Amino acid sequence: MRDYYAQYVTIGIFAIVAAVLVVGTLQLSRLLRPSHPTAEKLTTYESGIDPIGAGWAQTSVRYYVYALLFVIFDVEAVFLFPWATVFESLGTQAFVEMVIFVGILALALLYAIKKRLLEWL
Amino acid sequence: MFELNLSDWQILLVKLGLVLAIVPAITLVAGYAEHKVMAHLQHRLGPMYPGGFHGWATLLADGLKFIYKEDIIPAAADRKVFSLAPLAIFVPTVLTVLVLPLDETLVVEELDLGLFYLLAVSSISTIGMLMAGWSSSNKYALIGALRAAAQLIAYELPIVLSAAVAAMLAGTLSLNGIVEAQEWPFVLWPPGIGLIAFLVFFGAGVAELTRPPFDMPVAESEIITGAFTEYSGMRFIFSTFFPEVANMVIISGVATTLFLGGYQPIVPLGFLDAVPGLVWFTLKTAFMVFMLLWIRPTFPRLREDQLQKFAWKFLIPTSLVLILAAGAWVLYAPEGLK
Repeated sequence: MRDYYAQYVTIGIFAIVAAVLVVGTLQLSRLLRPSHPTAEKLTTYESGIDPIGAGWAQTSVRYYVYALLFVIFDVEAVFLFPWATVFESLGTQAFVEMVIFVGILALALLYAIKKRLLEWL
Repeated sequence: MFELNLSDWQILLVKLGLVLAIVPAITLVAGYAEHKVMAHLQHRLGPMYPGGFHGWATLLADGLKFIYKEDIIPAAADRKVFSLAPLAIFVPTVLTVLVLPLDETLVVEELDLGLFYLLAVSSISTIGMLMAGWSSSNKYALIGALRAAAQLIAYELPIVLSAAVAAMLAGTLSLNGIVEAQEWPFVLWPPGIGLIAFLVFFGAGVAELTRPPFDMPVAESEIITGAFTEYSGMRFIFSTFFPEVANMVIISGVATTLFLGGYQPIVPLGFLDAVPGLVWFTLKTAFMVFMLLWIRPTFPRLREDQLQKFAWKFLIPTSLVLILAAGAWVLYAPEGLK
């Protein structure tokens, strides 16, 4: 196992190189590709007819509920992973605590189901 | 083995070179395999002559076409976010490859927190999808982006929770450690828990890839290409084609690592140890990729509400129960059985 920071520096360098690859390829293909923008070409695509209204239309609030539910469970996952590596040595007490924790979360999910938040109206 | 005395920078350069050469190559092969496997499954062969074997040269022609294609950014779009979105999707895809153990020592960076890192990095691309859809200022793109985000987060939970089951059974978050902890018959042991966790992981993985039957975010008959409706040329390649195909291989590789014994031989026979682990890993991953390709032309698309229901009412409760079952197994199963 190498140095902790060296590992993440490597990953950071990979991130930079990947970003440079995307930008570089786009710049290189600029040398090859044509560029003749016209007003029609640059209109928003709406299946061939002129766009009606602004593109940032109103959408269903339903997606917001999913986002909130997701946050609850994703926070659980953050606690779950450290627990998953050590619970064997901590024994029954740690297990019971996790049962309670998961139980509370399951209650939250049950509440959302009973409130019919997950039904598509 | 031979001794090489390389400095850290030289090692880094070799790693960079290998990853940048192999990842696009594998993506090309997998993309080509996708076309041809589906073509044969449907008895609609498509171009078979260019280049010889199954018309492989059409892939190069496709690539050239994308390079020569005019790059259009709609006048109404938010240009900055529009051009940053492919980066936010492409970079995390490359970063996930780095921790996959292809063999005992063949891994770019062996992180202690490998599994946690993998799940964290792979979820970043959701933001890229939202960026692409929102900045396009296009109704289809916006609907597609919201569908994609809702789907990706809903199915990320079963993936995270079933991956946690694998971590619990192994008692570590290191991917190499998880592979080492698995013993034949891998996914079938402990009985039920392993197999169900694997199925939950793989099913949610298909949804996470937004592949049919879970392809509402890019449903071409409803919302064109979803969040990427306004993208063209190389931008389209970097934001959809490359991540889609690469992620298909990556998720197969992760499933192999977590549940199918990674680089270990398929059956525990002594003489099979001579075969390098890379071969086993490749075989298992290729099999999983083939399953993904098989699913695509087989099942019709779900409806958006059915999709959300399947995640929240079935997969997530199932994986919560699995976590408790796995915990009980690790703590209370008789020593001889484990």
